[in-house]
Amino acid sequence: MLAGVLLLIFLPPLVAKDLCKDSQDGFKVRLSIKTGLGDDAYEWNESEMFLFRSTLAYAMRKHSNQDTYTIDNILVCNDTQRVSFVFVVTSTDDPDQLIPKEQVELAVRQNKHRINNAFLLSDMTLEFMGIPPTLSAPIIYDTEPWLIVFGVVIGAVAVGIVALLMSTVSKKRRAKEKAAGLSEEDEGIVKENGTALSSLGRKEGVYNQAFSNDDRFTKL
Amino acid sequence: MTSDAVRERDWGTPSSHNSEAPCCQHHQRFPHGYPPQGPQEIMKLKLPNPGLEDRILNHDELERLEVEEAGDRPKWDNKAQYMLTCVGFCVGLGNVWRFPYLCQSHGGGAFMIPFLILLVFEGIPLLHLEFAIGQRLRKGSVGVWRTINPYMLGVGIASMCVSFLVSLYYNTIIAWVMWYFFNSFQEPLPWSQCPINANRTGLVSECERSSPVDYFWYRETLNTSAAIDDMGGLQWWMILCLISAWGVLYVCCIRGIETTGKAVYVTSTLPYVVLTIFLIRGLTLKGSFDGIKFLFTPDLNELANPTTWLDAGAQVFYSFSLAFGGLISFSSYNSVHNNCEQDAVIISIINAFTSIYAATVIYSIIGFRATERFDDCLSGNILTLLNTFDLPEGNITESNYQEVLHSLNSTNSDIISNLNLKTCDLNSFLSEGVEGTGLAFIVFTEAITKMPLSPLWSVLFFVMLFCLGLSSMFGNIEGVLVPLQDLKVFPKSWPKEVISGVTCLVCCLVGLIFVQGSGNYWLALFDSFAGSIPLLIIAFSEMIGVVYVYGIDRFNEDLIFMIGHKPNIFWQATWRVISPLIMLAIFIFYFSTIVTKEIFYIAWDPESENFPTLEKKPYPSWIYVIIFLLAGVPSLSVPGTAVFRAIREYCCKKHPSAPVQEIDSVSYKVHIQDVEPKSQKSQKSDQKLYT
Repeated sequence: MLAGVLLLIFLPPLVAKDLCKDSQDGFKVRLSIKTGLGDDAYEWNESEMFLFRSTLAYAMRKHSNQDTYTIDNILVCNDTQRVSFVFVVTSTDDPDQLIPKEQVELAVRQNKHRINNAFLLSDMTLEFMGIPPTLSAPIIYDTEPWLIVFGVVIGAVAVGIVALLMSTVSKKRRAKEKAAGLSEEDEGIVKENGTALSSLGRKEGVYNQAFSNDDRFTKL
Repeated sequence: MTSDAVRERDWGTPSSHNSEAPCCQHHQRFPHGYPPQGPQEIMKLKLPNPGLEDRILNHDELERLEVEEAGDRPKWDNKAQYMLTCVGFCVGLGNVWRFPYLCQSHGGGAFMIPFLILLVFEGIPLLHLEFAIGQRLRKGSVGVWRTINPYMLGVGIASMCVSFLVSLYYNTIIAWVMWYFFNSFQEPLPWSQCPINANRTGLVSECERSSPVDYFWYRETLNTSAAIDDMGGLQWWMILCLISAWGVLYVCCIRGIETTGKAVYVTSTLPYVVLTIFLIRGLTLKGSFDGIKFLFTPDLNELANPTTWLDAGAQVFYSFSLAFGGLISFSSYNSVHNNCEQDAVIISIINAFTSIYAATVIYSIIGFRATERFDDCLSGNILTLLNTFDLPEGNITESNYQEVLHSLNSTNSDIISNLNLKTCDLNSFLSEGVEGTGLAFIVFTEAITKMPLSPLWSVLFFVMLFCLGLSSMFGNIEGVLVPLQDLKVFPKSWPKEVISGVTCLVCCLVGLIFVQGSGNYWLALFDSFAGSIPLLIIAFSEMIGVVYVYGIDRFNEDLIFMIGHKPNIFWQATWRVISPLIMLAIFIFYFSTIVTKEIFYIAWDPESENFPTLEKKPYPSWIYVIIFLLAGVPSLSVPGTAVFRAIREYCCKKHPSAPVQEIDSVSYKVHIQDVEPKSQKSQKSDQKLYT
């Protein structure tokens, strides 16, 4: 009688362990707490395992939209010092039947970020062997940042070129005006020595009869 | 009838130059004002050089020019501008990415010995020579050589060709630097992680097999093709960067040294500021001291290796940017009594100091990167072991890794061998000796991604490279523009702005070769052939030209006039014998290496077997034509121009009735104040008086 009672008590866990150990639907999980958290690392104990099983139950609930999953549906075995173990999920209707691998995979994938956050870990430090981490979406910019910087630089260059060319043009114009102004001033001071023939030609010029080749008056 | 008499009258200038006959004159002027004194002077080797007196301004005219500030040559605003421009020209990208590699691969601290010795015996004398001749003759490179002897015009033309070819590819490197600069304004940096492939299943295969920095450089920047034959088409983003590089250069060079002189206040000083910032940052990183120790650990055995000495000589020579003609130009804008000897020594010291300083900074960062790689390698191995044997974390650390591995190997050797653990050796990571673009765009960028606040360091680093490159480009462009003006390629009526604009535009268009898919290979080709052999020939010709054609005695006299004392025995010995011999030795070595060795290039070929290692490929046969154009044309123009001129003279002698050409003498050309209008109006008045 006692033997029968004892058997009844210890049978489910034993059966459970067998379900877990030999099953094809299990996943190996590996946690690297010290790598992920360094000095803030917590110790892995039964309570942490409890948390893990409950998060997995939560994941199954969300995935299947059934509120019937409990912590007893998550069976764990092959616990090692590395902090790695294998888990399987039993069906809510029949404790001897396991949920297929694909379903569990989908459930985990959907809720990976919640599971990670529960343990303050990341995809690198909380690994589910066989479930690759989903890649984050690439950042898409409206305008590439490099085009913006290029636009700024090219704008500055264009402004610089225009400014320098304008200053050259205005300098030349001022020099020309000065030269024209100077020759106007020279008009008053009769300074034959300083003026070339071309500048005389522009204006009336001073008619100096002593050097004139005009022989109007000396017709023979 | 009386016009000849009028012209022959002395207009009050102390010069007794007769501007009529190009070769004959009725006073024979001796270089010192007195005839040769004794046999030793006559025996000094000096090649015959008739008419030299007519082509140069004598000392009195120079003094007059200086005092009255006549002449239309541009001038430096102050000495600082000149020094900064020369320092900027000499200090370039080679100081940052060639010298550290040479230093590390040729015995670390021991490399300083050949470097410093050759600096003193090769670099400083050549630098002083270029400064002095430019300051004395007050012309650009073509003008100087034409003045010394019209048959030496080829040296100037060769300098111009080399400056042109080097400008083309050097500005492309600046375009690459600008591309990285533009891309540094984002977090995370685009070369820190691999992009995801099209169907979001994983990373891009090419990136995954190599590394994110390699992928960004070879694929997203260059989009390099697999071979030099495969042109690959123009890459539009690189065209934009090339346009911006030439645009910035044009803004800085638009009016010659007037604008360049202002730009160098920034471009020559900023690199030192950034290097100091990086040094401070680098020294606070883990592993930096390992890098510096590795760099400077001397290996005196390397001194017995002749390659070490030849590499040191080549580095000194190329690092000083000699033979480009730019330094002669810059020096010609100086006042005549500027102390060029002091300048040469100061600039050489600054150049050497910068090389060593940059090497320290670079290797502190490389040490950090190597340590990071080593740590990653080791952690990877440790993790593998922990996972395989399900040991608790923290059981295996870096300190006990070897023992644990050993004990595990003895018990489970078969499992260990299946794991394919990588060998992690810090020295092998440190000696992954990289130089050139690989150092800047692959190794250093990877190191930057591992530092906190990466975009800031990236921006600073690429601004520094940009300034280093731009200040060197100023000298290159000067070496192209001034000869073009001297050779009267452009009409005189064109303003300076238009000439520099046209030159920059032409260079930009030709530089489109380098933004194709195969552009990187073309650039390496240009770098090896256009920027190596011709420069050695030009430098050798320069020394021979000044010492033996212009005459070392006249040169000494000039230096006494300019700086007040005769150059001492060190300068005499190096100019006459030592430096030319060193140049000859380097040239012979280089030439024999290139001619005998089979030349090949290294290509990034994703389809090759050893990918991601770069693959060695032989050049196609038509490349030899290009190589001949790059190296042969400038080199052959040195003797070629002399031959061409000799033939023309010979033909000219046969037809004496040929029209008198423009007289190649000073007083015909230099419009000292109002000599010209004076002569015109006095001619007219005289005519009227005597009619």
